[in-house]
Amino acid sequence: MKKVLVLVLLVIVGYFLTDTFNLIPFGENRIGNPQDEQTVAGYYLNNTVEKTSVANTVTAIVVNYRGFDTLGEVTVLFLATTGLGSILFRRKEDEEEIERINKPSSSLMQTGSRVLFPLIALLGIYVFIHGHLTPGGGFQGGAIIATGFLLMLISYKNFKAGHTMLNWVESLAGITFVSIGLWGLLTGGTFLENVLPAGELNNLISGGVIPIIYIAVGFKVAAELTGVLDILLNIKPKK
Amino acid sequence: MQNFEQYNSIITTGVYGSAIALILIGLYAVLIKKHLIKIVIGLSIIDAGVHLLFVAIGYIKGGTAPIFSPGNEDAVNKMVDPVPQALVLTAIVIGFAVTAVALSLVIRLYKHHNTARIDQIKSLKW
Amino acid sequence: MITYVVIFSILAVLLVASALYAVIQKDLLAAVISTGVVSLILSVFFYLMQAPDVALTEAAIGIALTTIIFVITIRNTSRNEDETVDNNLEKF
Repeated sequence: MKKVLVLVLLVIVGYFLTDTFNLIPFGENRIGNPQDEQTVAGYYLNNTVEKTSVANTVTAIVVNYRGFDTLGEVTVLFLATTGLGSILFRRKEDEEEIERINKPSSSLMQTGSRVLFPLIALLGIYVFIHGHLTPGGGFQGGAIIATGFLLMLISYKNFKAGHTMLNWVESLAGITFVSIGLWGLLTGGTFLENVLPAGELNNLISGGVIPIIYIAVGFKVAAELTGVLDILLNIKPKK
Repeated sequence: MQNFEQYNSIITTGVYGSAIALILIGLYAVLIKKHLIKIVIGLSIIDAGVHLLFVAIGYIKGGTAPIFSPGNEDAVNKMVDPVPQALVLTAIVIGFAVTAVALSLVIRLYKHHNTARIDQIKSLKW
Repeated sequence: MITYVVIFSILAVLLVASALYAVIQKDLLAAVISTGVVSLILSVFFYLMQAPDVALTEAAIGIALTTIIFVITIRNTSRNEDETVDNNLEKF
């Protein structure tokens, strides 16, 4: 009976989704001519190079035009980490019994991850430093660095991610983001106003405050995701 | 030219069809399945379908990625819509946070009831 | 153009097939890996639709991190969906 009801519901949802998306032809130009600035996308595409000197339009939207949105997003990520820590709390006396990995990893795995970890971290840092020039940015770079930390956490028994360090990195990155926003509010008039000179297109140092904010976001996301993985890997195992 | 139209309809069906299929499969898993991890898997599949729909709406036939490079500053007329891409970027990271919190609740429930199936959890308090 | 269409159709079929497999498979570890395959194909789709930023995010977060937190959860709960047989994942 329940299955029949669910199938009826799925048919209804599917019918209305198909019906709606028949009205939106795939691959049609809905921006119009960007020079007319009739649409939001047209405005962004037309003004990004001139006003912010950022090659990657998506970065300009995420960090500058919708920077407030991104601030909310990193706050949500921070709250998720905190919530995870409080849902999976552990008492002080349990601390000794915690075993992240039962058997030590093979020496192949240990050597491999020790060799790969600096390279992965370097790739992540490259991705978020060049976020305004090439595809990528703070979120992607932070996730790549967290993957490197994951490799170390699962191959070394006594590798500690260091919660004090993670908290400091996270807090400093968040403070950098907010204080750049307040700086824009004080000197330019709006929160997250791009107060630094825009520079030249396709130079590493260009785009005003955008690279600085994206680097801060990169460190913050890396610290938060590493914190999530560390909490999840350190759960007390079943007896 | 007629061939082109035909191909285009195939691609349209492929993209929209698979996105809607993902949403429906995920919804089925959320509504029917009893195991909590299966329900979270269903939620992340719904997420994937919605992201695909968003990016597909912003795509323009024969467009290029919205990234300026030296010498193609006049490519602005062919660029795909960057706004849905920025929104999906945000949504993927939030989706990860939601999945992590949901899974931590699953672990906590399992520790209290020694089961992760919602039809075997008898008591309401935990 | 024809190669593009063929690649696109194969990917779309694989996407839906791996999502279905993830939902019907009783072994949760296999289902989770199948969810990772959904993310992988999705990231190729994003790349083909000229969204390299989104493709990179999906590759880093959807494939690596989401899969690993699911695997950690299965390690701490049960591996079999019905929970009739107690074949927990051997501790790793």
